[in-house]
Amino acid sequence: MSEMGKIIYKTEEEIELIRKSSLLVGKTLAEVAKIIKPGVTSLDLDKVAEEFIRDNGAIPGFLGMYDFPNTLCTSANEAVVHGIPNNIPLKDGDIISVDCGVLMNGFYGDVAYTFEVGEVKPEIKKLLDVTKECLRRAIEQAIVGNRIGDIGYAVQNYAEENGYGVVRELVGHGLGRDLHEEPQVPNYGRRGNGLQLKEGMVIAIEPMINLGKRNVKEHEDGSTIVTVDGLASAHFEHDVAIRKGKAEILSTHEFVEEVLRNKN
Amino acid sequence: MAKQASIEQDGTIIEALSNAMFRVELENGHILTAHISGKMRMHYIRILPGDKVKLEMSPYDLTKGRITFRYK
Repeated sequence: MSEMGKIIYKTEEEIELIRKSSLLVGKTLAEVAKIIKPGVTSLDLDKVAEEFIRDNGAIPGFLGMYDFPNTLCTSANEAVVHGIPNNIPLKDGDIISVDCGVLMNGFYGDVAYTFEVGEVKPEIKKLLDVTKECLRRAIEQAIVGNRIGDIGYAVQNYAEENGYGVVRELVGHGLGRDLHEEPQVPNYGRRGNGLQLKEGMVIAIEPMINLGKRNVKEHEDGSTIVTVDGLASAHFEHDVAIRKGKAEILSTHEFVEEVLRNKN
Repeated sequence: MAKQASIEQDGTIIEALSNAMFRVELENGHILTAHISGKMRMHYIRILPGDKVKLEMSPYDLTKGRITFRYK
């Protein structure tokens, strides 16, 4: 597959700025974590996130991007990604992927977390655990000398081992002054295939894993991607820099998980 | 925010249809109809049956494509 654009390698300073933006997204998601519960709507979450981002002197990164109307992409249950916040109250047992981006000091941060609403079925819990583990294994592969295919393989192999479907129509991406830069980072692939990873690359790795089959389609709203079989889908995302030969996670889920621990 | 994957592939022109549309055969044998990109039209790049071209497709509709480059 030929590359359409150029990969932009980042300096130390630029990586630090992306880290700052990514950390703000992590904190924003923690604000979302505080209020998420049955009865709350995704528009409520969106409002909290937008206020928090602006209070911190940043701009919501997704607002207006590809005509997206909101700050958060909120994708509940069978929705995979790109869900538009709405006024439908969340129900006990739902899961919802909250994907958030900010633009600060000229650089983007982009992080996603899939939340449980109330008490979630064990099979869904396992889907979330496996997707998180897919992300961890993918990041492990993001080192100098490896290739994009190694990242994809790590996700695909672990997800399919567990009987899940890996979404192929949407991919992770390079990140920097633009939200979507080269290269594309698919969640499937073959070991040793694809572009070589090099020092200074910053990529968003975001496995999207379906409980059922891998097939997805666009919802009538023209934005939301949903599973064709209607079964749940999970989505976690980190921003990763390839620095000193290794994968360095610039973003964090720690703020979110701390809030969730204190809630229970 | 996940990026929409665009699928790029190489193919060979089989037949010129009307309206700058072409029937193209991909390297994997799949046949589809494709239109020519605006930029190529602007630069008046002629495409003939037998030419090797680069195509862009949407993953949602693999029966249509967009020709973005003619190899020579």
